[in-house]
Order: sequence, then C-alpha cells, then structure tokens
Amino acid sequence: MHEPTSRPTRRSGPRDWLKRQARTALAALGRLAQAPLATLTTSAVIGITLALPLALHLFANDLERLGSDWNTGASLSLFIDPSVPDEGLPILRDRLLAMPGIDSVRTITRDEALAEFRQLSGFGEALKMLPENPLPAVLIAHPTHDAPVEQLATHLRHLAEVDEVQLDLAWLDRLRAISRLLERGVWVLGALLGLAVLLTIGNTIRLEIQNRGEEIRVSKLIGATDAFIRRPFLYTGLWYGLFGGVIAWWLLTVSLILIADPLEQLAGLYEYKLRFSALSLEEFGALLGISGLLGLLGAWLAVSRHLKEIEPG
Amino acid sequence: MKSVSAAKQRLAADLKREKERARDDTGIIHFDNVSKYYPGGHAGLSHVDLTLTTGEMAFLTGHSGAGKSTLLKLIGLLERPSSGQLRVLSRNLNRLGQRQTPWHRREIGMIFQDNRLLFDRNVFDNVALPLVIQGVGYREIGKRVRAALDKTGLLHKEKAAPVTLSGGEQQRVGIARAVVGRPPLILADEPTGNLDPQLSRDIMLLFEQFNQVGVSVLIASHDIELISTLDKRVLVLEQGRMVYDTVTEQRHA
Repeated sequence: MHEPTSRPTRRSGPRDWLKRQARTALAALGRLAQAPLATLTTSAVIGITLALPLALHLFANDLERLGSDWNTGASLSLFIDPSVPDEGLPILRDRLLAMPGIDSVRTITRDEALAEFRQLSGFGEALKMLPENPLPAVLIAHPTHDAPVEQLATHLRHLAEVDEVQLDLAWLDRLRAISRLLERGVWVLGALLGLAVLLTIGNTIRLEIQNRGEEIRVSKLIGATDAFIRRPFLYTGLWYGLFGGVIAWWLLTVSLILIADPLEQLAGLYEYKLRFSALSLEEFGALLGISGLLGLLGAWLAVSRHLKEIEPG
Repeated sequence: MKSVSAAKQRLAADLKREKERARDDTGIIHFDNVSKYYPGGHAGLSHVDLTLTTGEMAFLTGHSGAGKSTLLKLIGLLERPSSGQLRVLSRNLNRLGQRQTPWHRREIGMIFQDNRLLFDRNVFDNVALPLVIQGVGYREIGKRVRAALDKTGLLHKEKAAPVTLSGGEQQRVGIARAVVGRPPLILADEPTGNLDPQLSRDIMLLFEQFNQVGVSVLIASHDIELISTLDKRVLVLEQGRMVYDTVTEQRHA
C-alpha cells in the first residue's frame, strides 16, 4: 500500500506539463460555459471598455496618416486669372517647373474644374443653370521636399497670371496638433480603461474565489500546491480577457458598418480615402494579446491577494 | 568537471538523507515533548510524547476540547507546534517549509467528521480529486478511483451526486477520497460522529481493513463504547495532556 512507487512525483516532462495546462484551460472554459449569461455579461463589459480606446486609436491613426500624406504632398493652389486662355496654361506650367523648389505641377482647366466640382459637390443640376463657368483654372504646384513653401507662395503671388495662391499650411498644423492630442488621449484613455478592465476581471475572479472557497480548502487539505489552485483562476481571467477582446472587435466592426455611409461622404468631400475600416489581422492579434494579458494580470492580482486568506484548518 | 563534482555532492547529500531517514525511523508519527499554544495562552496540547509505529492502528480519545483535533492538525501541517520535535513519515516537520506542505499532505489520507465532499460534482470526481491534483493520467485515475470505490462498497454510486447519498455513504466517499492516493498514513477526525452505531461500526471495520494491508491509521473519536470493542491501542487526551496510553500502560504493568 505504501510502496515507493506510490510516492507522488514532483518532476514530470514538458509534455505532461502542457497536457495539464491544456486540461486546466479547457476545464476553466467549461466552467464559464456553464454560466453563459454571467460570462457574456462580464465579457461584454470588458469588450465595451476596450472598444472605446480602440476606436479612438484607429481614428487618431487615420488622422495622422492624413496629416503625413499632406506633409509630403503639401501643395500650392494657383488660381489663374480668367483672362488667361487654356492654351496659355502649359506655358505657365513650364515656367513654374523651371523655378527652383517646385517639383511638379498639375493643371486643372476651367472645364475640368467645373466637372470635378459638379461631381463632388452634388450641385450638378444647379450648375447647369449658370450661363457660364464661374470657376477659374487652377495650377497645383507641389513643392520639393525641402522647399521654403511660404516664400514660394509669396513669389508666386506676384505673377501677373495668378489671381490668388492658396497654401493650407495653417490648417495642416492644426490637423497635426489635433492628431497629436488624440494620440496622447488614446494613451491616457487606454491606460484608464485598461485599469477598468483589470479591476473588472479582478473583482470577478475574487467572487469566483469566494464561491469556490470550500473547494480551495479541500484541495489544499489533500495536497494541492498553490500553483495548482491558482491555475484555473488565471485561465478564467485569460478567457475573460480574450472574450472581451473578441467582443470589442465585434462592436467596432458593427459600429463601422453603421457609420460607413456618412463617413464615406465626409471622406469624399475632403478628396481623401479614409481607411477607417475593420482591423487588420495584426491589429486583431495585438488586441487579443493585450486583452488576454489584461485578463491574466487582473486574475493574478485577485488570486495573489485572496488565495492566502483561504486556508484549511 | 563542475558537473562531476555536482553529481558527487548530490550523491553525498542523498546518502546523508538516507542515513537521516534510517536514524529518524522511530515510527510513522513521533511526538517529542510537543506543545501547541493558541493566541491568548490557551494550550491546545502540552508536552505530548507519542510514537505510532509503521503499520499501527490507534484511537485517540478524550472530551471535546481535549486536543484531539489539534494533534491531528499538527500531523497534517494544518498547524505548527509551538515547541517540541515532531516527525511524521520520517520528516522533521519543524524544518519542513511552507512550499513542501502539499507534498507532505499527499502522503496522508485525511477524513473529517463532516466528510467535506464537494457537492458540485459527482462521487467519481470527488474521489478523483487527489489524483487530479497529483497530475495522474486520465486512464490511471479511472482505474484507481474505481478500485477505491470498490473497496468502500460504492462502485455502483460512481455517477451519483453526493447530496443523494446517505450519511454513511457520504462518509465512505470521503474515505475513498482519502485512500485513492494510496497514502501510508490515514488520519480520521471523528469519522463516525454523525452516524448511528451500526454504520459507525462498519466504518471502523473499513479502517481496520486498510490497516491490515499495512496502512498506519490514527482515528480521533469520543465513541468509547465502539472503541473498546475493537481491541486496538487507545490514547487518551485530557486538557491537552496525554493521560493514558494502552500500550505504555501495558508495558508499565
């Protein structure tokens, strides 16, 4: 009855270890599945909490991309005096190209401008009623990367053919400032809501520990190690985190579908294709990684605080 | 070279441990002037000497509050002695750290008056718990749980919920859980406290069967009538002191 082989072995192979981990993970999952409503509620809270900074992060990313695109392609719009005929435009274009600091020039004739405006503004019918094309021709000059854009604009204003030069640098600066603010906001909000997730999971696990107090005491009495007792709770936290991540992704996808139409219109008005769309695979992976880690960490905090309180005796 | 000397050192340590084990083999349980004081100065046990030899079965009796539970708790490391030397299963419990407690407890089958079954799972899963904790494989668990249930006469109740069982059956599930890990030592704290005389007798006979195959058994019980019919060693505690021991009395006689 007490032959040496019955002595419990402390060491076992990595394969046994993996097997045990998998078994515990599945058991924790099964336990969560036994109370689907409670599991879903907790996961939904975590999901909503995560979705908020995630959405802001995507928005800030897009805005930043928008800003940086304009940075490299900062342009000067030269509104040409209506007296200049279309045939004069290529000559003017060549003169501009000969100037230092100008990389490329795009020509928009008056007709082209009208067609574009008609298409984008939605005033097509109204424009048809005008006796003649009110729009000037436009030359869009892209400065070279290191050109002094402000000086260039002043210089171009003195050209006889040019009515007005428009440079959108101030707007660009504002956009960049907003984008930076948003980025910082994402971090602050993300940290706060990450803490909220941590506390939510910690509290859930704390209740779970209390509910299973007798099981913990009995397990300790018959030789369970702290690691053995800790493990199912850690996996429960991990599952909560992962479920929360999936729900956050789902909420974001649904929200994007809901705002897709007005968003596209807005983007169209700015002549810009906003990417603001579903997460890429890498981003989804990162989301699950972070949410899973938060779950694990929350569970760890709860377990290390409350497991010691439950001792047999 | 380093690994060779390390191996040598390990060998030397092993030999030393073996020697210590041989020297310490003064019995499966050995109390040497052990006292346990609780906060406030109340003495749970005072100056207790006791040796239970390997394969022995003994009853521990006395009024409630005499220290029976304290004595069992010290053996199972649920409490630590305030003074004195305590060896169990050739281990010096004074020197055993917190982290080694689980491995110590795995070699002791503990049985409680209120059976302490887990009521959210069936009989099989209750009995399997110690093996799950020890990381035993599934197939092996099935075999050993059924063997333990067979010994306690509960093989047909494998799938039953503990709550549907009678008091005697619940206690037998608790015993099956205690022996499924094949421990060399069984401790039982008032195992028949809630049972009628016939069931109590059955339970004690079950312990006797385990004892007959070599397991050491220590049972705390105040059921003197039942104990006296069983012809085993009886230890009597009174206010934390060991006041009577049939073995030493006989020796002294």
